[in-house]
Order: sequence, then C-alpha cells, then structure tokens
Amino acid sequence: MGIEQTAPAPGDSNSNFLLTTLDDVVSWARKNSLWPLTFGTSCCAIEMMMATGASRHDISRFGAEVVRATPRQADLLIVAGTIVKRMAPVLRRLYEQMAEPRYVIATGSCTISGGPFIYHSYTTLRGISDVVPVDVFVPGCPPRPEALFYGILTLQKLIQEEETIGKPGYRRKPVTAALPPNMSIDEIKEEMAKLLEQQAIVKDPLKGDSTEFMRGR
Amino acid sequence: MEKAALLETITALIPNAKVIEEGVDRPAIELPPAHLPEAAKLLHDTDDFAFDMLCAHTAIDRIDDGKFELIYQLYSTKFHHYLMLSVKVDREHPVVPSVSSVWRIAQWHEREVYDLFGVLYDNHPDLRRLFLEDDWQGHPLRKDYRDDFMLTME
Repeated sequence: MGIEQTAPAPGDSNSNFLLTTLDDVVSWARKNSLWPLTFGTSCCAIEMMMATGASRHDISRFGAEVVRATPRQADLLIVAGTIVKRMAPVLRRLYEQMAEPRYVIATGSCTISGGPFIYHSYTTLRGISDVVPVDVFVPGCPPRPEALFYGILTLQKLIQEEETIGKPGYRRKPVTAALPPNMSIDEIKEEMAKLLEQQAIVKDPLKGDSTEFMRGR
Repeated sequence: MEKAALLETITALIPNAKVIEEGVDRPAIELPPAHLPEAAKLLHDTDDFAFDMLCAHTAIDRIDDGKFELIYQLYSTKFHHYLMLSVKVDREHPVVPSVSSVWRIAQWHEREVYDLFGVLYDNHPDLRRLFLEDDWQGHPLRKDYRDDFMLTME
C-alpha cells in the first residue's frame, strides 16, 4: 500500500498520522483503477469476457472492471486475440488514442508469437511487440481468467514498483517468470527443442509428405 | 422433397448434372462450368425445387488434379431442402459464369472467392478484391501461394 510508517502520537489516539511519498500514492491510485478498453479480436476475448463480465471470476476485485468503449477513457489495453496485417494500424491508433500513462497486456499465443498461425500464414502478425509496447505477456491458448488476473496483478506490481511522477511510463521490461530451482534457461530451451523434434509432425501441403517440424531450426 | 426424388427430378431436368455419391451428407450434383447459368436459373425458377437462397459459395484448391472445385450451397425456404452444387474449373484458366443474376448475394461470395483464389467470374457486375488491399499481389488461399512475409517449412 505504500504506507511507510505509521506513528501514533504518544498518549493521544486521535492524532494518528501517515507518512508516504506522492509517488506511492499516485501509483497506488493508478494500479487500483485500471480501466481496460473493450478490445477483442478472437477466442481470447471470450475468456476476457469471462473474466470481466461473469460473476464467477470477478475482475472488480482488482479495480479493473470499468471496461470502456472508447480509448480516450481507458488506460489498459488488453490485446485479446489474433492481430492480422490489416488490424495492426487500427490497434496502433487505438493505443495512441489512449491517455498516458497507458498499459498493454497481451494475452494468448497469437499476440505473443503468432501462435498456430506462424507457418503458411499470409497475414497473421508473429507477435504484436512490433506494433505496441507490451508490459505483460499472458501465455495460453486462450489463457484462463486466472492467468489474466495474474497478468493484471503483475502489471499492478510493475506500476507500484517502477513508475514515478518523474519518470512516467517507465517500467522494467521484460517480465520473466521465476525459473524452477536447479535449472537454467538454456537447459529448458534444449529440452523443449528435443520434445518438438520427437513429437511434432506436420504435413507440408506442397510436398504432400510429412516433414518434421522445427528440425534444424 | 426426399433426397432420391429430388436428385431424380434434377437429373431429368438437367441432363448434364452428375450425382455425387461419396463424401456428402446432402443431395449433391456436379456440373460442367458451361452449363452453370442455365442450371442455376432452372433450380431457382422451377416450382418443384424453388432454391431461392444461396447459403454459401466457396472454393477448394485441388492442386493435385489441377482444378478449382467451386461449391454452391443452395436452400429452399419454401420446401426446406438443401442442394450442393459442385463445379470444377481448370486451375490455369479459372473462368466460370457468374450466378449473381440468379442469386444477387453471389456478388459478395464471388468477390471473396476471386480475392482469395483468383477465380474469374464472367458477367459479374463488379469483380474487385473484397478483403485484401487493392494492390495485393497474388491470391493467398491458393496452395502454391508464397510471399516474403510468409514463413514456410522448406
């Protein structure tokens, strides 16, 4: 909460006071009133609606339930769904229309890397990082509402910890999750590549035969 | 009309129609492209069929056969029966007569198929791209389509 010190005056219970910094108060207010923009292009948007609209996963616990239909009133852009070449300029314009400070959460495989449309797609962008600066990536296809909440909580942590009035919009990037103990990132990469080589086989429509996926990449 | 009776009446009226037996779950016939306009008019106007609605029109790139297979899904709001119409055209010269004079909605469907497959429709009033940019090169749903943006397996 940013409360650094509570010091009751000796012998007087009516004169309690708090000490904090303006930065902390402003960041606290910002992180607890994120207003998302109504934006969804495919199936991730259904899960986002589950998170924002349904009673079961109540997004207003985190102060982010006021979904706005105009970018002028929103400060959180949840990119939910596949972005194609023709959508990219529209997405960029929406981002630029939002008032600063503005935050971006990218949910789902498509916004991270292109997801299932990496190969043989003439139009799907392979990740939206080139179009808008992303604060938090939420993996999944689509991610469950709990994952989206985790993304929102991570963003709140970023806003609280890093952003100040002197440096608006400054956030530490990228966000990486904690690694499992006794494991390096290179070992995980190696293992994933091995698994892909063993299991994933896709059919090349031109050759007509099965080509092993990711071999030699 | 029952499936067998419907197909029998259609083949009696349109001698060039060939009944498709395999891989379909509804009455289906195949037509040579040249006979498409008159057959479409017959199917639409004959009171026994009254196929007054074109639900969908799409194409399949049969690259191994060197053909585009054009699919027309017809429906009758009067009798509530369906018919699938299949027309195969040469991949090198994909020109077929438009059916937009019979079903006006076909204008949109045919523009989409032209946009993504490059099938040319004769007598279409306004054959332009529908989804892609006007200066797009090529037709991306063709199986041999490649461009600089695309990642491929090779």
